[in-house]
Amino acid sequence: MTALVKLFRTTAFKLALGLLAVFVLAAGLGLGYVVWKSGRVVQEQVAAMVDAEAENLMQRYRSDGFLGMLQAIAERASQPGSFLYIVTAPNGAPLAGNVGTLPPDVLDKTGIRETQYTRLGANEGPAPALVRLERLPNGSRLLVGRDLSERNRFAEILASTILGGLALVILVGLAGGLILARRVLVRLDGMTDTTRTIMAGNLSGRIPVNGSGDEFDRLALSTNQMLERIGELMSELRQVTDDVAHDLKTPLTRLRNRAEEALRSARTDEDYRATLDRIIEESDALIRTFNTMLLIARAESGAAREAMSSVNAGEIVESVAELYEPSAEEAGLKLDIRAAPDLVVHGNRELIGQALANLADNAIKYGVAEGSSGGTISLAAEGDGDRVRFVVADNGPGIPADNRARALERFVRLESSRTRPGSGLGLSLANAIARLHGGTLDLADNAPGLKVIIELPRERGEASE
Amino acid sequence: MYETAMRILLIEDDREAAAYLVKALREAGHVPDHAVDGEDGYAQASTNPYDVLVVDRMLPKLDGLSVIGRLRGEGVRTPVLILSALGQVDDRVAGLRAGGDDYLTKPYAFSELLARIEALGRRGAPNAAETVYKVGDLELDRLAHTVVRGNNPIVLQPREFRLLEYLMRHAGQVVTRTMLLENVWDYHFDPQTNVIDVHISRLRSKIDKGQDTPLLHTVRGAGYMIRDGAR
Repeated sequence: MTALVKLFRTTAFKLALGLLAVFVLAAGLGLGYVVWKSGRVVQEQVAAMVDAEAENLMQRYRSDGFLGMLQAIAERASQPGSFLYIVTAPNGAPLAGNVGTLPPDVLDKTGIRETQYTRLGANEGPAPALVRLERLPNGSRLLVGRDLSERNRFAEILASTILGGLALVILVGLAGGLILARRVLVRLDGMTDTTRTIMAGNLSGRIPVNGSGDEFDRLALSTNQMLERIGELMSELRQVTDDVAHDLKTPLTRLRNRAEEALRSARTDEDYRATLDRIIEESDALIRTFNTMLLIARAESGAAREAMSSVNAGEIVESVAELYEPSAEEAGLKLDIRAAPDLVVHGNRELIGQALANLADNAIKYGVAEGSSGGTISLAAEGDGDRVRFVVADNGPGIPADNRARALERFVRLESSRTRPGSGLGLSLANAIARLHGGTLDLADNAPGLKVIIELPRERGEASE
Repeated sequence: MYETAMRILLIEDDREAAAYLVKALREAGHVPDHAVDGEDGYAQASTNPYDVLVVDRMLPKLDGLSVIGRLRGEGVRTPVLILSALGQVDDRVAGLRAGGDDYLTKPYAFSELLARIEALGRRGAPNAAETVYKVGDLELDRLAHTVVRGNNPIVLQPREFRLLEYLMRHAGQVVTRTMLLENVWDYHFDPQTNVIDVHISRLRSKIDKGQDTPLLHTVRGAGYMIRDGAR
């Protein structure tokens, strides 16, 4: 029962009901008009017949006189299904005809009208008729009429047929409405069930799609896409949390071990001091990692966007290159700087500088060509239409194509680099900074080596710096 | 290591952190005072002649930036170091725009804080206005852009010159790596590896190599200092 109530409450059913009401009203009005109009047509036909008969009798009166007419009436009145006739004397007394009773005033006015009558010698009650009264030149009156029962019967049959039809329409309409409502309800219930499972914690639920391409399918598809994205974000978040836990556990454990070791085996103040120094170094590294994570989160949320201005891309490349040049040289790497002048981007100099510094840092760490001790690191800023491209490239082992997407994720340090220092956040931070500026970061093959390309929208006009 | 003690007002609502700082600053030879909220801090700072104010950004009653704004509005020019847990670029810009002179993000190393306080306290000291900086027999002429050690001219790259200039302006003070990055390169991020160290060792090889008394010293766990070793 509640299921039925639920069905009645659906929008689809209410809509069907409303439409049905409008349809029934329109059909009722239209068919009513048909009934009325057909009644009129029948009546007009009857009137024409009565007119013709009356005319015919008048003709007879004119050719054969009053008696001739009476004779004709007498002949016709006795035939079955005949017209109705009355002839009265000038004083109103009936002389001939087949009508028993009539309302009293009918014989007073000439012309055509509807009235009730009973046939002479019949036992039935009064029946409707259309009658026409003529005054004859001799002062007597002639009434010719036609029974209208048939017309009324026709109208009744028509009306009852139509009502029956309408009843059928209402029935079918209600049933159709219920079926439609049920179909909608089934699909909505599918959606509701899915959202319930999701609310219960199972994010893998998807709304069924039946492939019809209707609005429910489209809603289901876009909702499913949204769920997909949420799922991705959730697992990304879970991954990050796991990674954070894992990557912070290692240095924390190291920190603890150092302290423990000092307690156990340190003998002199010197020993304690050395351990404490190392512990402070480890803590600083941890804090740096946290700060970088915060910075990535901020960049990803777009919070630093208000601190942007017009900055000169070449100047950033030159200053970062200049900052890292001695380190590169110490690592045995040649630094190749190509900074085109007058490239302006709308951005945050600090952040872009930091992104490039991270990339330069990586290039120096990993950019030494295998089997040799040298290589070249190139830092460049170049214009490309409405884009500004920052390129940091090295001749190191590079990153295989199938590993590149992973390299941008947080905390990912590819196997080759596990042994070297670093938080594994440098590339993800650079990536987040590129995206904050409405740009992209791509990893490409430098043949040999890694080529990191940051593309940012170029700003037209002069740099403020 | 400091001959002149500085009067420092610390406006910080975290009592534990403040107690630690007051103790550490005292041990470093300074005279610290402590205020626990913005209004108290503002009252003390506007009535006492401090050398440096250390102001936490988030304070009860009156936030740090408002304290600085009021003081600056009254013409109090005491150097201010802002301490903040909000550590990003835009926050720093907001802090400096409000009238702060330097900005340090929590958590920080005490050596970093001390170095910055001492650098601020020396503001307006003779060194800043001089055109020629001298440390021992090393001379740097800011106008002529020349550097001489004893009688030997030293050729420096422009950035090396600025590095040495900054170190010599703060001669006798510890200068941290991040202070160098900020003031010489104008970047406020943390350089991940020893980039600054390499610059310093290059500079050192130019000014100290073959000399009896090294001038450019590494201060363990803190940074660098240029000073006359003979003193």
